[in-house]
Amino acid sequence: MNQPQTIIDKLWSAHEILRRDDGESLLWVDRHYVHEGSFHAFGKLAERRAEVTEPGLTFGVADHYVPTRGSRRNVANPELARMVRQLEENCARHGIKLFGLDDPRQGIVHVVGPEQGLTLPGLLIVCGDSHTSTHGALGAYAFGIGASEVAHVLMTQTIWQKNPKRMRVSVDGVLPSGISAKDIVLAIIAAIGADGATGCAVEFAGSAIRALSMEGRLTLCNMSIEAGARCGVVAPDAVTFAYLKRRPYAPTAAAFEQAVEAWSQLATDEGATFDHEVALNAAKIAPIVTWGTSPQDALPIDASAPDPTRESNPERAQYLREALDYMGIAPGKKLTEIAIDRVFIGSCTNARIEDLRAAAAVLAGRASKVPGLVSPGSSLVKRQAEDEGLDRIFREAGLEWGESGCSMCVGINGDLVKPGERCASTTNRNFRGRQGPGARTHLMSPAMVAAAAVTGHLADVRELLGTRRA
Amino acid sequence: MDKFTKLTGTACPISQSNLNTDQILPARYLKWTRAMGFGKVLFHDLRFDAEGREKPDFPLNKPVWHKSTIVVSARNFGCGSSREAAVYALYDFGVRCVIAPSFGDIFAGNAVQNGLLTAVVTDQEAAEIMESLAQMPELPVTVDLDQQIILSGNRTYKFRIDPIRRMRLLNGWDDLALTENYRDRISAFKVEDKMKRPWAAARGQL
Repeated sequence: MNQPQTIIDKLWSAHEILRRDDGESLLWVDRHYVHEGSFHAFGKLAERRAEVTEPGLTFGVADHYVPTRGSRRNVANPELARMVRQLEENCARHGIKLFGLDDPRQGIVHVVGPEQGLTLPGLLIVCGDSHTSTHGALGAYAFGIGASEVAHVLMTQTIWQKNPKRMRVSVDGVLPSGISAKDIVLAIIAAIGADGATGCAVEFAGSAIRALSMEGRLTLCNMSIEAGARCGVVAPDAVTFAYLKRRPYAPTAAAFEQAVEAWSQLATDEGATFDHEVALNAAKIAPIVTWGTSPQDALPIDASAPDPTRESNPERAQYLREALDYMGIAPGKKLTEIAIDRVFIGSCTNARIEDLRAAAAVLAGRASKVPGLVSPGSSLVKRQAEDEGLDRIFREAGLEWGESGCSMCVGINGDLVKPGERCASTTNRNFRGRQGPGARTHLMSPAMVAAAAVTGHLADVRELLGTRRA
Repeated sequence: MDKFTKLTGTACPISQSNLNTDQILPARYLKWTRAMGFGKVLFHDLRFDAEGREKPDFPLNKPVWHKSTIVVSARNFGCGSSREAAVYALYDFGVRCVIAPSFGDIFAGNAVQNGLLTAVVTDQEAAEIMESLAQMPELPVTVDLDQQIILSGNRTYKFRIDPIRRMRLLNGWDDLALTENYRDRISAFKVEDKMKRPWAAARGQL
């Protein structure tokens, strides 16, 4: 009988072309997504006068530099326009299908891939963006790569990788109401640290993960990189198959049924072992917000900011002092007393339709006390949200209803949080200056951002949901 | 790619942990080409204030460390975004080796593609090297990749690096040249894989 295998082993061996004596493997790449930032790699091709070897497996999406406020007919900023045009030219020259600025399917690459059915279970997917881990939510082996590797994949459709360690994070039990995938993943990162999964491919398992929607699983896998993981993966199941059925690029009819049969074999075998196991109880997860400058600086909303004077480890105390100082938070301050200046709902982490619904459910009939921007994950998500009337709820609450792109998560399209401003954000990184020089970012779920908007400070969304019911 | 064998130079301690690639190279410089000089914006927002003046407290700004070829730091150096320009910035500034207890996976992969050595030591050892540099800032540090050792003052530290990455750096190997040797294997895999996983092909262009 065959040795029981993890889903990670199965995905790996299906793509291994060869393994050298030194242990490095050459892997086949099924999908390669490129964006405006991939210009360094296209430049390397141009230097060598090389061609893209598999243009049919390569897909371009304009997301990082596209404007997300105001008209997109004419990109006013010439530098942004150049970045978008450069991608168009590179895709056209190499025969790569592009979801460009004027395509109704345009959006953030990690939203568009699954939405179009380009991302499928069992695939190996790469992109020059660390949040490529997102696609693991469908049971794909997906990871971010650098420009040199992007060039290598463009030229060979393969990538050199060393077999990673296997980690399983099991979350069992029932999530309390008001708690989402974002809270789960922030709880995991807080527990294992920002380098807790470095060198590992992570399978997310357990009843609470199985109970998550596809959108929730995408949020979860998206942030596995924030724990240092090479990739995150959820075994494909009925939720996955239902999500994929009739997606434009997914197999159809009998081919779909055959695919489902193959995809169903991917789950980790009983008795398969992992190098590391982590377990969390879903019932104990509270709404979580970050207070510091790393995603691991995360605490339940009813907690207080840390106090460096109570920290016995001097290096840790120093770290806390610097983080609190940057964030402008007094040691020991109750998190719910931290006033905010703005909100952002968007990004590859939390801008899918379910995320917008969750935020809108809190905002409906209420006003935001601070300005804010809502940037849907894709132009199709935007249209669906408008069909459902969510845009009206956001607008009536006083928030700006924008276009789709990476937007204020990374700020390179010009949508920035001002220096010193504090932003409650559905994004993935609270790094110093991530949303703009001097910007202070608090990460949380869409519902929690909505709660912060209507109260003007970090707040427990469960209390707002409670009053609504009464 | 330039080979890396042995290096002796000035080493700059930067003690923050989780020094992510947004700190190494802020995202607003990502639209630059390499010819524009990423080295001058290395650690930009840590090195310079809002008016573009050097922050005197940042280690790299101290005259003694201005021309460092080695950076010593804390855990999880280079975590975060996959931007290879973070490596370009370090390299173009003149840094050839970063010593730290752990590195972001993607950063470490990008480093080896560009001839930048990521040398892994324990938390304790990194702290010790940084402490000795604080005491004697001009103390030269030697990193020997062949022997896998760091010499700092009268101390010798063994460092860890993935053996594959070590060989690549020592030989200055280029991924593409390597892969070219396996063109036939790749073609054969492709044919066989099409039969095994017919569903993996992308459907025709829509």
